[in-house]
Amino acid sequence: MKTIFSLLKLTLITVVLFAVIYPLAIYGVAQFAPNQGKGETVLVNGKVVGYQKIGQKFDKPNYFWGRPSAVDYNAAGSAGSNKGPSNAEYLALVQKRIDTFLIVHPYLKKSEIPSDMVTASGSGLDPNVSPQGALIQVKRIAKERNLTEEQVKILVEAHIRTPKVMGTATVNVLELNVALDELSKRGS
Amino acid sequence: MNTELFGVISIFIISIVLAIPLGKYIAKVYLGDKTFLDAIFNPIEKFIFKISGINATEEMNWKQHLKALLSINMIWFFLCFFILLFQGSLFLNPDNNPSMSPDLAFNTAISFVVNCNLQHYSGESGVSYLSQMFLMFLQFVSAGVGMAAAAMIFTAMKERTTEHLGNFYNYFIKSCTRILLPLSIIVASILVFSGTPMNFDSKDAITTLQGDQVEVSRGPAAAFVAIKHLGTNGGGFFGANSAHPLENPTYLTNAVELWSQLIVPFAMIFALGFFLNKRKLSYVIFGVMTVGFLLLVVPTVMSEMNGNPAIEKMGIAQNTGAMEGKEVRFGPAISGFWSIATTVISTGSVNSMHDSSMPVSGAMQLLAMMVNAFYGGCGVGILNFYIFIILAVFISGLMVGRTPEFLGKKIEAREVKIAAFIAILHPFLILSGTALASYFAAHDTAMGYWFNGNATGWLNNPGHHGFSEMLYEYTSSAANNGSGFEGLGDNNPFWNITTGIVLLLSRFIPIVGPLAIAGLLAGKKYIPESAGTLKTDTSIFGVMVFAVIAIIAALSFFPALALGPLAEYFTM
Repeated sequence: MKTIFSLLKLTLITVVLFAVIYPLAIYGVAQFAPNQGKGETVLVNGKVVGYQKIGQKFDKPNYFWGRPSAVDYNAAGSAGSNKGPSNAEYLALVQKRIDTFLIVHPYLKKSEIPSDMVTASGSGLDPNVSPQGALIQVKRIAKERNLTEEQVKILVEAHIRTPKVMGTATVNVLELNVALDELSKRGS
Repeated sequence: MNTELFGVISIFIISIVLAIPLGKYIAKVYLGDKTFLDAIFNPIEKFIFKISGINATEEMNWKQHLKALLSINMIWFFLCFFILLFQGSLFLNPDNNPSMSPDLAFNTAISFVVNCNLQHYSGESGVSYLSQMFLMFLQFVSAGVGMAAAAMIFTAMKERTTEHLGNFYNYFIKSCTRILLPLSIIVASILVFSGTPMNFDSKDAITTLQGDQVEVSRGPAAAFVAIKHLGTNGGGFFGANSAHPLENPTYLTNAVELWSQLIVPFAMIFALGFFLNKRKLSYVIFGVMTVGFLLLVVPTVMSEMNGNPAIEKMGIAQNTGAMEGKEVRFGPAISGFWSIATTVISTGSVNSMHDSSMPVSGAMQLLAMMVNAFYGGCGVGILNFYIFIILAVFISGLMVGRTPEFLGKKIEAREVKIAAFIAILHPFLILSGTALASYFAAHDTAMGYWFNGNATGWLNNPGHHGFSEMLYEYTSSAANNGSGFEGLGDNNPFWNITTGIVLLLSRFIPIVGPLAIAGLLAGKKYIPESAGTLKTDTSIFGVMVFAVIAIIAALSFFPALALGPLAEYFTM
């Protein structure tokens, strides 16, 4: 019985150390971090339109689109599709996404569509697409926005983040679309 | 493409290089030598032991170690179970998440106590911040328990005859305070500055750029994510684990999180060498593990980078490899590497969805957990490998006609019986669990209380892949890993209770076994090395251990792998 009490006391004091003091210390560190550890937000005219790291749903034709999402980009949750690579139903869905993409972008060859544009991400909140995924949408965007293809292409290229040493090349879709809105405003 | 592979290789090499000095430091901690952190931690530890009234200098034998270990784990289990059961009405619950059902609370509490973190809930909606904080406490102490068990084995391997194997509480507290805590503070700080949230606010409701209403989940994630990796726990703060853009925002954080899960298991192996002053032995062990690891990693990274052959046929570009279930900022190379790192080491955190991995990768992930001894989790990795060493010593002793000895201690029938039992337990738990679930799925049984609907309803994919989902769930439980083919509908009494039982058995029996063997060997007479001794720090012995591992894993698991991922591979 004496041991049980000792163990309870040991548990209590380690809970205080690891579940109270430690997180509070990190919370303290967070006060010096970007946006005080609340997640970096993206502002337009002083209004929060999203989180820099969290992807958003874009399905209107005048915005760059992101990847398909298993949670429809609602960041109250997060998940992948968990579809196996051989699942026939899943493969039919991918085929359908390719077909739809080609209908909206009739100028594209099938082999120009990168796989990230027709597959769902792991979190369902992927903020990025591959550079190729953004570049193939340039023509559509230019037409929708009455901009020249050259203007839009330059904008996309300015938003491609190429790794210097390690990593992958990415384009943050939300930031690109915010910049696109600005470009349109300046253009008109 | 090259920047991706370069990332993989450099993270791996940096981890190995840094593990050597950390191993030296860990050895010093367990030996009680002076370290540079003494000034901070001596008073803290003194205070902890004074308050709890525990004498941490008292020498224990292996049975006393076990008793202390099991009792404190039981207390944690009950505390956690009740917190989860009533979290809905307790404090620190800004999102008003509901209390857990008893079967889910049972599964979750066990799973965090045993360092597995099999999560049948989603972090955003399934737990309150209070529960998250208590689960984080368990991530510290469950890793500490594994390391304390390893430290006892180190002590038992010394060249002497003794019953005294150090003090459990001493090893346990020091593992948590002097090794895991400082590293966690460093890693959590890097995460916070890279964009991982650390706050206690509820979900944020925002209007997106194109005008949709969505919510964004936040919380004290940075502190949690650091120890989740350093303690090789793997339980995610958010549902999507380290694929979530807040839990793992950049390629840099991905590298840091990957490093954090590799570093302690690597360092423990080097610590063994420094502790016993047998550095060569630790290099042999590390070499065997690395060969095994690379044999699993290379095919995985290759098949992920090559992409899905079925999608290839549709005629689109797969320059970026297989992307289903993966994030653009990581890409297939590091995601494939991570998927093996996390399964070889019993972390179980994911940065891509394993259910959507290519069949070859799925097979390698399963095999990594089936072997469960290449690096392995915090402390317990060495324990599992120890079993294979005992078996290899025994078999090679018989082959060359020498007395089977390991570090000057004779290995006799009793030790071999225990080792064989532990080696068989792992396939037994995995295969019998999978057989049970597959039987119900094959007959599409109505499950009544156990599952809402017929048994095939828990599968997210048909055919061979569906079988792999069930096989993966039990393998992950038995390896105390915690990752999953997450398409499986596992939050129901059937999966919560059966995997809960597997978790419990597969954590504590493989701790009891090696502790008993080490304790028994420590009490035996020490025989100095002679010409007749079988040398265990040579590469030939390394090959022998590798062969024993390969034969045991291949023989027991090949049929199951053939029905699941291999069949899927050949039918694609």
